[in-house]
Amino acid sequence: MTATLRTEFRKLVTTRIWWVLLAAMAAYMVFLGATMAFSFTVDGGTTTSVTGSTTTTQLDPLDIARTVYTLAPALAYVFPVIVGVLSITGEVRHKTTTLTYLVEPRRGRVLVAKLVASLPVGVLFGLAGTAATVLAGATVLGIRGDATMLGEPTVWRAIGLSVLAMTVWCMVGVGFGAVLPNQVAAIVVLLAFTQFVEPLVRIGLVAVHAPGVAQWLPGAAGEAITGASLYTSLAGGQMLPWWQGLLVLVGYGLLLAGIGRVTTVRRDVT
Amino acid sequence: MISATSPGELRIEHLVKTFGPVRAVDDLSFTVAPGRVTGFLGPNGAGKTTTLRVLLGLAAPTSGTATVGGRRYADIEHPARVVGAALEATSFHPGRSARDHLRVYAPQIGVPDSRCDEVLETVGLAPVAHRRVGGFSMGMRQRLGLATTLLGDPQVMILDEPANGLDPEGIAWLRGFLRYLAGQGRTVLVSSHVLSEVQQTVDDVVIIAKGRLVHASDMAGLRDLAGSQVMVVSPDAAGLRALVARRWPAAASPVDGRDGAVLLRDVSAAEVGSAAFAAGLELHELSPRDRGLEDVFLQLTAEEVAA
Repeated sequence: MTATLRTEFRKLVTTRIWWVLLAAMAAYMVFLGATMAFSFTVDGGTTTSVTGSTTTTQLDPLDIARTVYTLAPALAYVFPVIVGVLSITGEVRHKTTTLTYLVEPRRGRVLVAKLVASLPVGVLFGLAGTAATVLAGATVLGIRGDATMLGEPTVWRAIGLSVLAMTVWCMVGVGFGAVLPNQVAAIVVLLAFTQFVEPLVRIGLVAVHAPGVAQWLPGAAGEAITGASLYTSLAGGQMLPWWQGLLVLVGYGLLLAGIGRVTTVRRDVT
Repeated sequence: MISATSPGELRIEHLVKTFGPVRAVDDLSFTVAPGRVTGFLGPNGAGKTTTLRVLLGLAAPTSGTATVGGRRYADIEHPARVVGAALEATSFHPGRSARDHLRVYAPQIGVPDSRCDEVLETVGLAPVAHRRVGGFSMGMRQRLGLATTLLGDPQVMILDEPANGLDPEGIAWLRGFLRYLAGQGRTVLVSSHVLSEVQQTVDDVVIIAKGRLVHASDMAGLRDLAGSQVMVVSPDAAGLRALVARRWPAAASPVDGRDGAVLLRDVSAAEVGSAAFAAGLELHELSPRDRGLEDVFLQLTAEEVAA
């Protein structure tokens, strides 16, 4: 198993696409971290009600810090997911599946190795994405004269959980790739679901007074891991405890991988 | 059932592989012996690659078995150390360097990274080891594919169309290299759709068409087929037809536009002469024709396609 793992890990790090995605994600998170920190401090918890009366409720600076610092798993989780997806679809696309199964005909073992090998890469995406967000967010908060809250243990806990959530997302990507190994189809479905379908469904479920269902969706579970949900604060709704969110997201990854194992992974390689 | 099988022997037994209504491999049986270079021949679409994919555990057989040294590929402990197979010259991630491509698979095969440099040296790719495979020519890809098969120093080499894209110099090099490997006692199976490409390299031939075996022998056996064709011409066309129909109904093929002329395969001129004499048939021509091996190959495979 160690040998299979080393082979799968080398596959991930000997191509350049993951560097490109890592850099793109970091740049994206610098932008989002700074913008969100700015908008939170400018608007400072001012909410305008439908009747037009303005009530100022000062948001807890701790909540602001936690929400800003954990933006990566809320808005950029698609990056580690894509890296995970590519570890399977890339093999199909470049027809390297043949060689992979020639050197290790036990296909289930290859899939498990891909899942495990995605974890250190996911950690790296989590560290880079979260660091970029925290740096940009804390800088803007500091400039705006707000507390960065970087001395708070709960903030650091949220930051750590943000890294953890990104790590799990990378593994979920591998499972998704196993179900849908066609690269173009996988990327299209992935982007459509994460950027469009799930946010709409979450808002819709809240609107029909079923927020309890929305919390089981993968994106919601990912945000629950950090305990600070942008969507939940925007749209209202419920959130799972962090450890349940973690279990649900890991469950999605393993379920997808299991479905892939008994469907696409078993097929003839032609 | 499995008799004393030598570790490098390939054995295909009653193999069937269907894709929907298509029988890509149809009750195919043959063996490939160690220490020899065997050509696995047939036209495009004959089922060569499908047979190899089943043998290598990449596709499941519909029925029948395909084994390496008596074991199914998937049951071999470290398969890449027993069998080195290159099926497609395009199976590389274009973004990896040649050396990184090999380094990826080295841990799984169980060889150190230094082995990657050795095999690159062997196939002559050491100078471009750090170049990305995306920029490689077909010939360089073929060499990298070969290098990959060599990583595990396997007893059995299976190469699908390895001469595709090689220049004449590369083909000469490949020929020598395959002979060298077989000389070390390894099993070398080389597929091709062109006999002339491998006829100077191989010891044995296995020829298939439409998924069925049409011929298996050593090269001498194939050459025998080439030599034993006789052109027979008689002024008595009806008499000739009757004689041929009686004696060699399956061996005759007509000669274009000539009534009273026939080509007979696998029959010697002496046999035809004595039969004609006994039948009182006047002959104007009785000549052994030396067919090229390619003609034999084409005829063998065309017959199966027609049938």
